[in-house]
Order: sequence, then structure tokens, then C-alpha cells
Amino acid sequence: MKKQLQSLKRIGFTVGMTAALAASSLAQAEDKLKVGLMLPATGTFAALGTAITNGFKQYVAESGGKLGGREIEYFVVDDESDPAKATENANKLVKRDHVDVLVGTVHSGVALAMAKVAKESNTLFIVPNAGADELTGPLCSPNIFRTSFTNWQPGYAMGQVAAAKKAKNVVTLTWKYAAGLQSVDGFKEAFEKAGGKVVKEMTLPFPNVEFQAYLTEIASIKPDAVYVFFAGAGATKFVKDYVAAGLNKTIPLYAPGFLTDGTLEAMGDAGQGLLTTLHYADGIKNAKNDAFRLNYAKTYKSQPDVYAVQGYDAAQLLAAGLKAVNGDFSKRAEMVKAMEAAKIDSPRGAFTLSKAHNPVQDFYLRKSEGRDNKVLEISAKALADPARGCKM
Amino acid sequence: MDFYSFLIQVLNSVQYGLLLFLVASGLTLVFGIMGIINLAHGAFYMVGAYMAFALSSLTGNLFTAILLGIPLSLVFGAFLEWALFSHLYKRDHLEQVLLTYGLILIFEELRSLLVDDEVHGVAIPDVFSASIALNDTLSYPVYRLVISAVCIVLAIGLYFLIQRTRLGMMIRAGSHDRDMVQSLGININLIYRTVFALGVTLAAFAGMLAAPISSVFPGMGGGVLIISFVIVVIGGIGSVWGALFAALLVGFADTFGKVLLPDFAGAIVYVLMAAVLLWRPEGIFKKG
Repeated sequence: MKKQLQSLKRIGFTVGMTAALAASSLAQAEDKLKVGLMLPATGTFAALGTAITNGFKQYVAESGGKLGGREIEYFVVDDESDPAKATENANKLVKRDHVDVLVGTVHSGVALAMAKVAKESNTLFIVPNAGADELTGPLCSPNIFRTSFTNWQPGYAMGQVAAAKKAKNVVTLTWKYAAGLQSVDGFKEAFEKAGGKVVKEMTLPFPNVEFQAYLTEIASIKPDAVYVFFAGAGATKFVKDYVAAGLNKTIPLYAPGFLTDGTLEAMGDAGQGLLTTLHYADGIKNAKNDAFRLNYAKTYKSQPDVYAVQGYDAAQLLAAGLKAVNGDFSKRAEMVKAMEAAKIDSPRGAFTLSKAHNPVQDFYLRKSEGRDNKVLEISAKALADPARGCKM
Repeated sequence: MDFYSFLIQVLNSVQYGLLLFLVASGLTLVFGIMGIINLAHGAFYMVGAYMAFALSSLTGNLFTAILLGIPLSLVFGAFLEWALFSHLYKRDHLEQVLLTYGLILIFEELRSLLVDDEVHGVAIPDVFSASIALNDTLSYPVYRLVISAVCIVLAIGLYFLIQRTRLGMMIRAGSHDRDMVQSLGININLIYRTVFALGVTLAAFAGMLAAPISSVFPGMGGGVLIISFVIVVIGGIGSVWGALFAALLVGFADTFGKVLLPDFAGAIVYVLMAAVLLWRPEGIFKKG
């Protein structure tokens, strides 16, 4: 009994000490702004998570390690791109670490769960990639911002391009999941508005990559063009199969830029000359982009991509808000107003935010050449997502 | 669908089915004969694909890569059997699942450390890079037809090995009664090691052959693992003909499902499996 009491006392002492230590570290951190980075560090999207983190930290470093006069303290959680763990992971940052700002993520399903946590706790939330239309649609909120795109946007831009190229009948093909379906909806809206017709919308279960049956269908329909949404390994396989089936000779392939970003090396010859639309490209000529690329290459010994740009702009957007209130995070309403009004000087070209807090940005028509997606032209100037379902 | 398109879809089905057989054959051997639930089968497929990628960029030729890759896979399989799997035969299935699931994680991590997390392509050998025109818009890549031919040869070879050779006889006997075979003076451990090495090699070979079509990428083993189990279960565990028949069945169901019932394309293979299991719980070609 005595022994038990002693050990109980010991535990009590330890707990007390830990609490005291925690309190003192809290006091120390008070002047620092707590930024929670919830991004994938493992799994398929690990490289994207790294690029976003690099971009974010690059802007902070360029601003002398401070945003709006506040030093930054990072809290990092690997979200594993797993929607099932998303709420718990977001809560680790919001409830355990008490972060001021939540930044993330790549996977749309995870980002949707993060948005719910952010809404409930009224945490400032910046999305540096996930394209789910809902985030700046039905879920839009004063504390939710995005520095990337909606799935609708590059699709809509490509719909205009396809119509301008005089295509009349188009077949679409995508995985049957939100990103693909929303992208096809965007394409269809622009394309049919311009007088074209989507004659068949085909989907296959995610992440199935056996395309032969669909290629045979496309060959028998003989449309003027095909619009697809694929990314990563699926994109690589699709393009190779499409070319091996000889379809590229008679039926042009159109897609949002995710088809050819990071996949051109794997596609080899099959990937050359593909037309895609995206809000970033290789060979954009502006002083900001030149400086950004140079700095990034120096710091990280690799070339930046669209994900690095989105991370960089997430930090810029946060800085715009903090500057307006001189780093006083308690003036949230003022800060949000400043962020809404900010003009972000992005490497992709300057952009502003829509009422629903999504970038109103230019979309580039790009052509793949070697390992680059070279700019052909700006195909859609200041394209804004319609933010359907947003009541703000 | 006109008749000509229908014929092309039949060709697609057969070709996809044969490719599935190639992947599933190794699993049905290891599962059926050795009684091991090998979740790492897909990981071996991935190892094969990455070997094809690494060796063909080293040697500049996919054939050389495959010729080097096969003995490497055999050694690799024999080593794994000696080091790990040989301790599992008398154990519970749950422990096998734990070990093989652990292997998936280890192989994925090694892949990430040794190569990277990007998608890579493997070039189709120049001899087979042509396509045959089927009509004015569609052509068929020769390489896919070559894969189909290889799969047919392999199916016949496996059947011959298991049904018509002395080794095959010992393997079949060993799958029925391990202890009895051993008491007859046959080195059962060596036989199991051979079968396991063969299973790993079949999976790796499938990965090597498929690499030019599918590309190599993180997690590529996961997709083939599930469909392989479906085929093994439909075909009857341990039956090579069963696996071939089931793979073709799945090939047809998947291809025509995508064309005729696009909204249910994701479920059709599993509905097929459920139907077969209701009709014949042991699989279509159950072992006698």
C-alpha cells in the first residue's frame, strides 16, 4: 500500500512538472504565430506535400522568417492522404497544438474533413491544392481560403479551347470520383455554351487503369476530340494506351494540366505535343516567376512545380492578412477583409480572390515538349469559379 | 455496338484476361499448394516491374532485363522462403497475413528509398513497338498480343509441369499431405522452396512484362493483388486451369461490364465472384 502511494505521488509530481513545462513553453511561443501544416508526407502524394511545404517556407524565408512581424512556428502532421483519419489529424493541430492557421492539403476528401473542423473551431484555413468545388462552394466560409484552383476551372478553360478549335462532338472519360466529374462538368459547361456537344460521358471506377474497352468505344463513336481527367500513373498509362491504339492520329486529346504534370518523363514519346490547361506552366515570363524559380532551385536543389507555387502563395496570402493588422491575430475580421482584398503577386501571374475566396486567375493553354509544359497562350483571362451553393 | 466493335471488345477481354492470369497464376500456386495467404504477392509484382525499370535502364534492353530478372527473382523467392515463410507452414493464417502485410510495407518503403515516389516509364522493345491497324481509327499494339502469346505458353507450361512431370507429382502430393511425402524420403522442404520461388518469379515476371504498358509507380501492387485473389477464389484455389478460366471470365465481365453497364463497372467483377461462390463455394475448378 505504501509503495503504491509513493508511486502515485511520483506520478503526481511528474504530471505537475510536465504541466509547468508546457505552460512555460506556451508563454515562450506566445509571440510566435502557430501554423499547422497538414500535408501528405508519405504515400502517392508525398512529393506534392513536400513541394507545398517548400514553397510555403520559401516565402517565409524571403520575408526574413517573419510574416506581418510575427515569427512562425510550424506544427506538422502527415495526413497520409487518408480521409478516414482526416478529422482526427486536423483536430491534433487545432485542439492539441492550438494552431492559429491550418494549411492543407492535397487530397480533396481530406480537405473537406479539414474544412468541417476549421468551420466548427473557427480556425483560419488555407487550402494550397485540393480542388473540390465544395470548399469554395457550399462549404465556403469567412475563414476558408484557397490559393490553388477548383476542379471546375481548368475544365472550363479547356472547354473554351476545344470549342475554339472547332470541335463539335466530344467524348469525355474520367475516373468516377469528385475531381474527375467536377472537371468534366466544367468542360461541358464551357463547351456546350459555345455550341459544342458532349456526345458521351464515360467513367471508370477509381483507380482502374484498364482502358482498352473505352478506347474501342471512342474509335467506334469517332468524336472530334476526347476530354479526359487523369493524373499520376493513371494519366501515364492512359496516354500511352491512347497513342498505342493510334487514336491520337485522328482524334485530339484534351485534358487539364494534371495529365502531364510530373508524368512526361514516364510517358516518353507518347506524351509529346499534348494540349492541356492549367494556372501554371513552364516558361511563364515575369520577374516574380524568374526570382521564385531561381530561389527555389538554390534552396531545394530541384525545380519548382505548380504545387510549390500554390504553397508559396498560401504564405503570401497569410502575410497579406497579417500585414494589415500588424501581426495582431486577434483582429481576425480585419485580417480576413485584407486577405479578401489582396492582390497576390504569384509566380503564376498576379491573382485576386473571388467572393468565395478562390483565385480569380489566368489559365494557360500549354503544349508538352520534352519534359516541359510550355505556354502557348493565356486561354482564359481572370477566370472565376461560379462558386455555386456559396452563401456568403 | 456493331459486330466489328464486338469482335474488338472480345479481343480486349481475352487479352486482359490472359494478363490477369499471368499475375494470378503465382498466387494460386503458393496459396493452393502451400496453403499460404500471400498478401505480398502484389508487392512481388511491383518488385518485378521496378526490376524491369532499373535493369532495362542499365542494359538498355527489356529482354536482357527480363533474362537477368528471372534468376534474380528465383533467388529472391528462395531466400524469402528460407528466411521467413518456412517458419509459417504450421502456423495460423492470421500470422501469415501479418507477415505478408508487413512485407508489403517494407517493400514499399524500400522502393521509396531506393528509387523514388514518381511515375516512371519502361520502353517497349523496338521489335514489338508497332501497331496493327484494325480499322481507320483504331489499331492494336503488337506488344499486347505478344504478352497474350507468352501467357498462353506459360499456362500450358505450368499445366505440363504440375500434371506431367515428376516434380509436379511431388508438388501435388506435398499439397495433400506434407508429412506423408516427407516420410517417403522426398525432401519436402526443397519442394516447397521451389514452389515458392516459382510463385514469386511468376509475379515478378508478370510485373516485368506489364511494366511497359502500365508504367511503374508507388502502390502498383495493391491493385493487382485484389483482382488476383478474386481470380484464385473464382477459379478454385490451387488450380492452374481454374485460374486461367477465371481470369478470362473476369476479363470478359470487366470489359463488357464497362461497355454495357458503365454505371456498375466497378462492382461487376465482385458480383460475378459472389454468384460463382453461391453456385460453387469451392470455386469452379475445385481440386479433386
